[in-house]
Amino acid sequence: MAFKAMTSKEVTKKVFNKENLFVLDVRNESDFQDWKIEGRNFRYLNIPYFELLDGIEEIMDKIPADQEILVVCAKEGSSVMVAEMLSDAGLDVSYLQGGMKAWSEHLEPVKVGDLKDGGEVYQFVRIGKGCLSYMVISNGEAAIIDATRMTDLYLEFAEGIGATITHVFDTHLHADHISGGRAIAEQTNATYWLPPKDATEVTFDYEPLEGGIDVTIGETKINIHSLYSPGHTIGSTSFVVDEKFLLSGDILFIDSIGRPDLAGKAEDWVGDLRESLYTRYRELSEELVVLPAHFMIIDELNDDGSVAEKLGTLFEKNHGLNIEDENEFRKLVTENLPPQPNAYQEIRETNMGKINPDTEKQREMEIGPNRCAVR
Amino acid sequence: MENIKVNVTLDAKGLACPMPIVKTKKAMNTLEAGQVLEVQATDKGSKADIQAWANSAGHQYLGTIEEGDVLKHYLRKSSNDSSIERKHPNVTSNDELEKKLDANENIVVLDVREAAEYAFNHIPNAVSIPLGEIEERLSELNKDDETYVVCRTGSRSDLAAQKLAENGFSNVINVVPGMSAWTGKTNTLNK
Repeated sequence: MAFKAMTSKEVTKKVFNKENLFVLDVRNESDFQDWKIEGRNFRYLNIPYFELLDGIEEIMDKIPADQEILVVCAKEGSSVMVAEMLSDAGLDVSYLQGGMKAWSEHLEPVKVGDLKDGGEVYQFVRIGKGCLSYMVISNGEAAIIDATRMTDLYLEFAEGIGATITHVFDTHLHADHISGGRAIAEQTNATYWLPPKDATEVTFDYEPLEGGIDVTIGETKINIHSLYSPGHTIGSTSFVVDEKFLLSGDILFIDSIGRPDLAGKAEDWVGDLRESLYTRYRELSEELVVLPAHFMIIDELNDDGSVAEKLGTLFEKNHGLNIEDENEFRKLVTENLPPQPNAYQEIRETNMGKINPDTEKQREMEIGPNRCAVR
Repeated sequence: MENIKVNVTLDAKGLACPMPIVKTKKAMNTLEAGQVLEVQATDKGSKADIQAWANSAGHQYLGTIEEGDVLKHYLRKSSNDSSIERKHPNVTSNDELEKKLDANENIVVLDVREAAEYAFNHIPNAVSIPLGEIEERLSELNKDDETYVVCRTGSRSDLAAQKLAENGFSNVINVVPGMSAWTGKTNTLNK
């Protein structure tokens, strides 16, 4: 039987469509436990490739004959080897092109809505890592919010729809992924905005993003109104776009809320986080569509693959927004926190411009899930 | 740093996964039990994989040294060390040896593991003479010293202690189990 490559884009489609897939992950057990391809109807078998060097007979009875099979490894090489063995044994299988490295870098653009003047908002779903970034487009101009380091994709996308990138924003200094914001701004001569309270140690010039600033994209005054909302970081800033979308950064997610500890300030910032979520956000229209900077679990995806929900719905359903008791809230966000993201200190320093690791090193630093939330 | 003495060196530089492990497995087949293999690789992922592979295959992973872009992994081929019956009559425990070291008693610690095992982790001031070299290097030791022999599990040190006794060493003590369970002070290489 033949074996073929499956791209991250094709796997993403299967995730979005809740299709069945049998994932044979041949990485180390610890790597698999830490981070894997998530799909609602995916089934898994984890056997390290080095257990299969003498043959795959032992696992043949664990591989279903009636399901599509995808072999996955870190960078592709081992999955090709195992896929070939399975194919020689008569199975029809695919391997993940580029491995988990490519999976971690794949961005899937999903349209999340229209603007009043005919403009559009796109969400870029980094499916493997749970990062969400945005492009707001209006009258041939575009703004990018919370860009990942895969900058080419945004540039190509903007070019494809004939838009010029004029403004680039980061809602906060990221600790889980390397920002592409500065690089995009440099390449396009766009203005790079960063909250000054998060930028006290940065080594480059930026435009200070503070609460109450309005930025116009395109000629018809698409309004990006900033709202100071500290808690995940001290500078964290949300945006209301076109009085319709609330870009909540790492403050509020669909099924969870931001964690205040990644800059080592959990105790100091827990009060800010509560103020942002329980007072500042309460003053906003419940009709706003919340567009966060992350998703944590695959169940947060809508049917079209987007991650978006009305603020009013989150006030009803998000556990983190419904904790009356302040002490209980304090406990939730300062105790029993999930493990910190891989290399988060180095990632923060990279985003400050203090260190400049090469692409290979950047990939390595970003390996794994994002872990920016508490549930 | 100076090179660690090994039995076989495998050059897997420039090879991508899975080749470093495929080659390591093949090279390991050519080694005798207890011998040490050095694998030179540039694939960063090889560090975690070689460790996990060694564990699952029953080999001993000693450690990795990074020199620029090159990772040098050290592995010792599985041996049935621990299944051999010990014969040297004079035996002590790790705890007893640790007490003597802490009390600064005038004793000699002889580590008979392979040079690579010693390099990654050993008791401070221990003398390193691998079991296979004991006979030709007897002159480096003093027959009247109170000599504590250590290895990983107490088997190689048993054989070494027997050899020393046969050669007129009067005060030789085998330390059981040895480095596999050693909790006292050590000099280590950063793995």
